[in-house]
Amino acid sequence: MSPAGQRLLWPAAIVRHALLLASGGLMLLPFVWMASLSLKPPGEIFRTSFSLLPEHWYAIENYGKALTAASLPRYMANGVLVCVAILALQILICAPCAYALAKLEFRGRDLLFGLVLIGLLIPHQVLAVPLFVLGYSLGLLNSYAALIFPFIVSPFGIFLFRQFFRSIPDDLVHAARLDGLSEFAIVWRIMLPIAMPAVIAFSIFSVVSHWNDLFWPLIAVKSPNLMPPALGVAIFHGGEASTEYGPLMAGAVLVISPLVLAFIVAQRRFIEGLTSASLK
Amino acid sequence: MVISTSDDVRPGRADVGASASQVTARRRGDALAAFALAGPAIVLLLILFILPVAAIIVIALTDWQFGTRSLHFVGLANFAGIWADEAFVASLRNTLVYASIVIPGTVLGGLGIALLIESGNSLRNFYRAIHFLPFMATLAAMAIVWEALLHPTIGLVNGTFAAVGLPTANWLREEATVLPVLALIGIWQNLGFAMVLFLAGLKSIPQDLYDAADIDGADRWLDRLMTVTLPMLGPVAMFVVIVVALRAFEVFDTVQILTQGGPGHASDVLLHTLYRESFEFLRAGYGAAMTVVFLVIAVTLTLIQARLIGNKVHYQ
Repeated sequence: MSPAGQRLLWPAAIVRHALLLASGGLMLLPFVWMASLSLKPPGEIFRTSFSLLPEHWYAIENYGKALTAASLPRYMANGVLVCVAILALQILICAPCAYALAKLEFRGRDLLFGLVLIGLLIPHQVLAVPLFVLGYSLGLLNSYAALIFPFIVSPFGIFLFRQFFRSIPDDLVHAARLDGLSEFAIVWRIMLPIAMPAVIAFSIFSVVSHWNDLFWPLIAVKSPNLMPPALGVAIFHGGEASTEYGPLMAGAVLVISPLVLAFIVAQRRFIEGLTSASLK
Repeated sequence: MVISTSDDVRPGRADVGASASQVTARRRGDALAAFALAGPAIVLLLILFILPVAAIIVIALTDWQFGTRSLHFVGLANFAGIWADEAFVASLRNTLVYASIVIPGTVLGGLGIALLIESGNSLRNFYRAIHFLPFMATLAAMAIVWEALLHPTIGLVNGTFAAVGLPTANWLREEATVLPVLALIGIWQNLGFAMVLFLAGLKSIPQDLYDAADIDGADRWLDRLMTVTLPMLGPVAMFVVIVVALRAFEVFDTVQILTQGGPGHASDVLLHTLYRESFEFLRAGYGAAMTVVFLVIAVTLTLIQARLIGNKVHYQ
């Protein structure tokens, strides 16, 4: 409420820090507790007195169990593969379409944009049954393709890229044409490099969404070898390890750590990317 | 080649001098290029979005079950069925209760944190980061952590509550507590999201307004808050309410992992019920009717959200 640059009197500043540290502590509590339990042996976990650090370090056993018994590495490799494939296909398919919508005049452009807007309106969970039937009839279910195909076109991606491409001057496009560039070359060599902030925002949004997605993988795959991280950790939890909190917490740490580390490094970009979807 | 030549000399948008034939040829060139560029996206939008939505509405009007070949149109019987279905009505009611806790909790909490962060200059990025962290951490994994925290005998929550004399409970297994506890996890997850939206809103309040308020004598912290900040945040707050509502209606991961809708139907929510009907009980027609109800709610909220953005931001 105070404009930037105004200094608070020291009592007000102390109250501000106290309140923010208290609420921030509550937000972080599950993360701290997760890390703490992941280091403890069962005996200390099932004790009613609490301590943050273990008396006997049990990290190797817990993380070892998460890595071997639950095949966490496999889940995470699946997550990387699925996220990369989805993102690459989304950009490949959405960027040219967004360019056509932003810079070309053609009959049916408004109709096409209308299709994109309808796509934006639909929550993806609604599509699950028809997509399941489609995947079944194409023989795609229980494969990597099943995890990828529903997401290869993103209405949000088209919308975001179109917004950005519209802000690029037409003169640049004309100059590129005079230089003999094809329309496809203009998309990949002129538009996308300039639109890098939008590409990064979209990439973060897409990767975070699909790394964290539980709903569709639950429907699409049954084989543990194909499970992405969110489903993998859920199955680990539902299986024989359901009360072994040490290995379970170690698994949770491993599943969230890639995104959390990336977030710590590029905080601003993450926040931009993850909020861009609701500002569409 | 006429097309490509006219393309090469293609003038800017305000091409007053271009001859009629040049314009027509350019349009045709654009149309061909546009078809090649947008074709894959158009086909995939139709196959992966438009047709499935149409299909789910049609399926909702049939008695189709997964794995069977017979299919009869039954009109609105499925919709009549779900309204008479205790499980569905419970899940709709639970979702509304869940949303009615998550929305005010998240919006007010997010606003409070945003105001606190903006009220000083130090550690802004740090506070923003720690409050935003739950929003991007894999919820399926964090749900398991919450289960450990809420564990009736070894959980930190009961341990702490017992130590300070507060009542303890088996939070996720009792009908009275399960939904409010899930809603608290929802608030924990979404608070940082509301916070960053409010931070953006605070940044967009013009400094002039604070200067004017100063001159008018509103120079105290509370005066400025009541006369400038909160009134100016009104539209943003409306927007945040809708965005958070959308996320609240989409609650699934925590229910699927922590409660499976139980005890009884005490924590059944829309997405979980329609998932179970469609993919565990394989009653596709029945599940589709539930899906249509969910679709109507989500589309209504999204349209309101788009209107709110349209009033503030002009893309064209």
